Amino acid sequence: MSAVTVPRPRFQLYVLGPLLALFVLIALGAWLNPNFLSYGNITNVLARSAFIGIIAVGMTFVITSGGIDLSVGSMAAFIAGLMILSMNALLPHMGAGVPVILMGVLVAACAGLLAGWLNGFLIAKVGIEPFIVTLGTMGIYRSLVTWLADGGTLSLDFGLRGLYRPVYYGGIFGIAWPIIVFAIVAILGEIVMRQTAFGRHVAAIGANEQVARYSAVKVPRVRIATYALLGLLVGLATIMYVPRLGSASGSTGVLWELEAIAAVIIGGTVLKGGYGRVWGTVVGVLILSLIDNILNLASIVSPYLNGTIQGVIVILAVVLQREKKAADAR
Amino acid sequence: MTEPVLAIRKVSRLFGPVQVLFDVDFDLRPGEVHALIGENGAGKSTTMKILAGYLAPSAGEVLLDGQPVHFPSSREAEAAGIVMIHQEFNLATPLTVEENIFLGRELKRGPFLDRRAMQAESRRLLERLHCAVDPGARVSSLSVPNRQMVEIAKALGLKARVLIMDEPTAVLTHRETDTLLEQVDRLRRAGTAILYTSHKLDEVARIADRVTVLRDGRRVMTVPAKGLTEDRMAEAMVGRELSDLFPPKGTPAAEPVLEVTNLTVPGFVRDASFTLRRGEVLGFAGLVGSGRTELMEGIVGLRPATGEVRMAGRALPHGSVAAARAAGLVYLTEDRKEKGLLLGKSLTENLTLLALDRFGRVLIDKAAEERALTQAISDFDIRAGDRGIIAGSLSGGNQQKLLLAKTMLAEPQVVIIDEPTRGIDVGTKQQIYGFIARLAAEGRSVIVVSSELPEVIGVANRIVVMSAGRIAGEVEGPAITEENIVRLAMGLNHRKASA
Ligand SMILES: Nc1ncnc2c1ncn2[C@@H]1O[C@H](COP(=O)(O)OP(=O)(O)OP(=O)(O)O)[C@@H](O)[C@H]1O
Ligand SMILES: [Mg+2]
Repeated sequence: MSAVTVPRPRFQLYVLGPLLALFVLIALGAWLNPNFLSYGNITNVLARSAFIGIIAVGMTFVITSGGIDLSVGSMAAFIAGLMILSMNALLPHMGAGVPVILMGVLVAACAGLLAGWLNGFLIAKVGIEPFIVTLGTMGIYRSLVTWLADGGTLSLDFGLRGLYRPVYYGGIFGIAWPIIVFAIVAILGEIVMRQTAFGRHVAAIGANEQVARYSAVKVPRVRIATYALLGLLVGLATIMYVPRLGSASGSTGVLWELEAIAAVIIGGTVLKGGYGRVWGTVVGVLILSLIDNILNLASIVSPYLNGTIQGVIVILAVVLQREKKAADAR
Repeated sequence: MTEPVLAIRKVSRLFGPVQVLFDVDFDLRPGEVHALIGENGAGKSTTMKILAGYLAPSAGEVLLDGQPVHFPSSREAEAAGIVMIHQEFNLATPLTVEENIFLGRELKRGPFLDRRAMQAESRRLLERLHCAVDPGARVSSLSVPNRQMVEIAKALGLKARVLIMDEPTAVLTHRETDTLLEQVDRLRRAGTAILYTSHKLDEVARIADRVTVLRDGRRVMTVPAKGLTEDRMAEAMVGRELSDLFPPKGTPAAEPVLEVTNLTVPGFVRDASFTLRRGEVLGFAGLVGSGRTELMEGIVGLRPATGEVRMAGRALPHGSVAAARAAGLVYLTEDRKEKGLLLGKSLTENLTLLALDRFGRVLIDKAAEERALTQAISDFDIRAGDRGIIAGSLSGGNQQKLLLAKTMLAEPQVVIIDEPTRGIDVGTKQQIYGFIARLAAEGRSVIVVSSELPEVIGVANRIVVMSAGRIAGEVEGPAITEENIVRLAMGLNHRKASA
């Protein structure tokens, strides 16, 4: 009875499901349109998914700990507005140069960290439901950016645009910067989730907060850290996003939170917490943007049905999760 | 002799590749208490779950009134009058006591719930168990023993033909156990067929008509309980002779390691003060509800408390479990399912959670974790068919061993163990007592909170007795007798604790 058997690798649909779906999509895309696998298209898809992707990596931690953050889209818009305003304000004093942009980057990072920390503080220390807190801050940031822009659009000064543009459009070795940043964030995220005490603690809190508390895990601190990390990543995504259009308005980042949450769930992270995987989230982000891309390239299905297909996939992903639960119980 | 109501014939069961039951025969007759005993992981719970329709046998058949049946789920079994009380709680904790007792069979008046009738019936059932719990209280607010009483009340309410009880007394004190056994006897006389299992062999000797022993998934024997001694049962279970249960006690040093002064846990404990010496095993006795668990939780920072706790002369900050752990003070909870283990996670993740800082500074050293698991499996004799399973798939006793291993991995100077042998078989109990004695001999200190008087008496150098949230007194050396402890615990100079 006490014989030790090594766990056997078994074909598990919930592990391979998202990957399979991704390969099917790639094959489908290549078959429908020869341009699909072109360098230009791939770069375009990856660069555009980078914003949601960077945010979704942070969201994976929040969801794994049993939380949720609905405010990330508005937060991104607000940070973008703040960043543009501060750079424009600094321009006359510092002149059009890299220092101004660095200041903007600093503002975005700090604002993101602070906004995330505030969400975390209200949730972990004041004890308000994550859904309620972030629903509130979602409205607050959205209205703040609209107010800052006075209902219109905040634009980055032209003198700075040219200087900042390469952060989105440039790259090295033919790989665009947003893609590189997304890749680094994803790899670090996967390592932190899987290989560090922080990652373990996040999953433990999501699985059973009591047990975590009894096991000397600093529950409030870890919780706040997940939201602060997510905020910081929202800041980073904004830093990559602003040079793309050079502007921010009340409609920047609308529905990003839902896309990020959908990507996390498609990737196999459990919505009620306790188990998360960052690589799955990356696959989820890619699946969502490929669907969009394929519908635009091929004209069999109307691109207007994009949301329908994404919705079906999210629901399918949850069905697969149920299979995982059954496998554990057997 | 009456015909069996419910029986299994040549039943085997596999979990994945691991076989845990081999050709087991077992039957239950009306008006008879049939006890099923065996070591941790012997397959008792699995057998019971098969009888009650929670699990399907991999081979063999289940017979109801002599006819082969197949219960697709426990619902069908329950409809046939077969009710099981699980080893691990099966209550919906956010609901009230009454809602739990009537879950799935709510009484109605027209389209509406008949709250009044359900309240009255719940109260009646609880009264039969001498349990003073309010039917309107939320289960999440109840203590572990009270939850068990609710679970039992729920089963009594179902008026079963067959009642299957998986370690119902593991979390109960003697008084509560007596009440429960009275009820079991009453049901037996009313013709109910009862399956009873417990690691407390004195109860088995007291209540059972027949006894079946399982060892490593095989039936070793089925015999009438009459004339079967506890020693014989224990030997049949472990398959060898057992020497003394308790190891000799050591002599503690004079130097205090833990000093608790005027600790008050609002609502539970008033002004508790005591000291623990290096190398000492200090027992904590008292009735359930006397505040022992709450006091310990207050000491390690799991509950808001006032007063002072000093470890090796240094005062600990209030409310920080991490600080207590850093100072070498850890607490092993009595509630392993809700507070002890992450049931859905792997054995390794559970094992290292408390002492994760010992496994690498930034990145976790997974190879070291695996080694720690191998070590723990051998040190604590954890029996898992497959080390890749989740903690929730371990048998109850093996979960307790895993929890113990997890706590000890933190290498504490002072360890507080709340109910160390809850649900643990005799052979392993002996190992755990030996283990506690070794810790003390190494110069560490242990607090043992236990509702088992023989256990505290057997391991402790000194015993603190609590009553109604206060420390009622202390006994040491030759003064350690059951009588002395019970007298203090009854709180002759205090009023009785309300539940
Ligand atoms: N879902 C499961 N998956 C894998 N193994 C399981 C599962 N459930 C039980 N087992 C294994 O089956 C064996 C028997 O378990 P069971 O719970 O029946 O023991 P038990 O006799 O009730 O022990 P205890 O006295 O500790 O409660 C154990 O080795 C356990 O690890
Ligand atoms: Mg069991």
